[in-house]
Amino acid sequence: MRIILAALLFSLAAQAKETVRIAFIGPLTGGNSAVGLGGRNSADLAVKLHNAGPGSKYQYELVVLDDECKPDAGVQMATKAGSDRSIVAGVTHYCSVVAMATVDTFHRFGLPTIVWGAVLPDITYGHDFKEIHRVNGTMINQNETNAKFMAAQGYKKFAVIHDTTDYGKGHDKYFTKFITEAGGQIVGDFGVTADQQDFTAELTQIKALSPQALYFGGLTPIGVRIRSQMDKLGLNAQFDGTSGIVNDDFIKALGPLAESVLAFREGAPAEKLPGGRKFLEEYGKQGYSNPPEAYGPFAFVAADLLMQTIEKTGPDRRKIIAGLAQVKDFDSIVGKITFDDHGQNTVPVITKYVAQDGKWVLWEESEYARGSRKLRGK
Amino acid sequence: MSIIAQYVMNGAMLGMMYALVAVGFTLFFGVLDVIQFAHGDVLAAGAFAALAVWLGLTRLGVASPALLLALVVVAATVATALLGAAVARFLVLPLKGAPQLNVLLVTLMMGTVLRESIRLFYPGGSQPQLFPALLPTSSVALGEFNLRIDNVILLAAGTVLIAGTSLLVTRTRLGLAIRAVAQDEETARTMGVDFRRIVLLTFALGSALAAFAGVMDGLYYNEIFFGMGLLLGVIGFAAAIIGGLGNLYGAILGGFFFAALQTIGAVALPFASAYKDVFAFGVVIALMALRPKGLIGERTSERV
Repeated sequence: MRIILAALLFSLAAQAKETVRIAFIGPLTGGNSAVGLGGRNSADLAVKLHNAGPGSKYQYELVVLDDECKPDAGVQMATKAGSDRSIVAGVTHYCSVVAMATVDTFHRFGLPTIVWGAVLPDITYGHDFKEIHRVNGTMINQNETNAKFMAAQGYKKFAVIHDTTDYGKGHDKYFTKFITEAGGQIVGDFGVTADQQDFTAELTQIKALSPQALYFGGLTPIGVRIRSQMDKLGLNAQFDGTSGIVNDDFIKALGPLAESVLAFREGAPAEKLPGGRKFLEEYGKQGYSNPPEAYGPFAFVAADLLMQTIEKTGPDRRKIIAGLAQVKDFDSIVGKITFDDHGQNTVPVITKYVAQDGKWVLWEESEYARGSRKLRGK
Repeated sequence: MSIIAQYVMNGAMLGMMYALVAVGFTLFFGVLDVIQFAHGDVLAAGAFAALAVWLGLTRLGVASPALLLALVVVAATVATALLGAAVARFLVLPLKGAPQLNVLLVTLMMGTVLRESIRLFYPGGSQPQLFPALLPTSSVALGEFNLRIDNVILLAAGTVLIAGTSLLVTRTRLGLAIRAVAQDEETARTMGVDFRRIVLLTFALGSALAAFAGVMDGLYYNEIFFGMGLLLGVIGFAAAIIGGLGNLYGAILGGFFFAALQTIGAVALPFASAYKDVFAFGVVIALMALRPKGLIGERTSERV
């Protein structure tokens, strides 16, 4: 009798797996929501694949929270996730300003998080908190590649427009540093607010300085406005962007004006990586209404890495943090992942993009690299 | 020299939009002594109505830009005029006699309702929406100055509208009634002026002007978004105040003055152009302290 009861209990326990909740936080509304929704879908896909797969100890549930790309909303959501004890870890933030603002909150609640898109270096390097990790690279690597590339293309005179958040200021700082080292010259540097509408005054000044290229450190919404107002003022400089504009919205909003815009991003495109094709296939099968966008694969990897760690350590915040500290050469669809002592993935790859015929095309595969089309301002 | 022409042109475009919004504020204040804080969001609603009509018409196969533009402008102004009149009829008039603070609060909330409704109910409303370029986009380069035909048309149309409004207020029977109500409601009533009708018409007129500013904004930037009315509303209000609230010419002057301040803040001052709004609003505060009645004080001129 006792044996039967024990067997019964055992089988019940095996059937009803414990549910483990992890949070996803990103911009789901507002000007950057396309990237946010792509990230959410990708994290959701990771959870679904994990739950459907054999041999997992736990059943996972994704708690989706909207940070609106605003620091105050971000801190609110971080507090919500942190104070909810049933949530054991988080896949957090695309916007650097928000990721920067929530670092302290996650530390206070001891919630292990993996940043899936924000590129400001200080998010991982500005403190010694063990909770914060990041699978994507920082803007330091991105701007170094950008500056070297532009110098090699023969650009010497640059104007800079950046938003005055930590994100834009960071881009400005690193690009200025690397381009000056590469022999370039910044003829004008303009800080603008992140929701500014009219750039005609700044652009008229820039036009008078006649730079060959305009470097833009900021996100899609004002990037779109600046590019379109450049055209209205007849400013024919090459538009040189950052990872903040690598998404379909930027091209969709600009139409033919997007042609020849440059941008740089950490990691390599999913379809070029082992397992990346499978990711895109599975993503397509789910019938999401938005594409994964540039940072979807990172959100997928962050969620996947968290779940694989939880399988080993159990759903306990402190143990997960200890487990993440051990991550080394983890195979993922964005390449190998190794966290340094700041929880930063040391990714070496930066990909160069150029907008061609309404798509972001790898520079190496573009007609611009082959010479059949020419960049502007040369 | 040509670069200064470019700055003046940029500033004039902004100034025209601000002036159109400010005129609305000043008209409302004139007839009812109220501040209609939903004005900026009525403008955004007008711009979105224009976009929706454009989408509908292109689906139906209307291809002529001139016809499209005409229909879009008419639809936006009519929709917004009705919306403005509705705000007056259902929110402002019933509160007549209540403390002014109540009207301010109610319209402020109405603005939030409008803004959030666009965000929630317009398809994809939380994203900036692409606004079609319906005007000819050719341009003439004069040195540093890039003169765009569409900007010239917009400026001319704005000037005609403002001049028309001014003529309407000063030269017509309707204008006479509006001015009569503005000066003394009781006397105007005893003289047989239909007070309610005049108030509704004034709100419709002011809101239609805002709709034009909204469409102008869309055509100029090729982009509109649900929160566009917020800053435009605040700037329009500030412009009406510095011009002297209740004074039509003051509002126009205030609009262009504010645009000039923003341009100077971005161009001629030694700090980052991100501070241009800080500078412009700072000057407004200083002006209010020096000239509490505005640039053209009420005492020296007749209130609209």
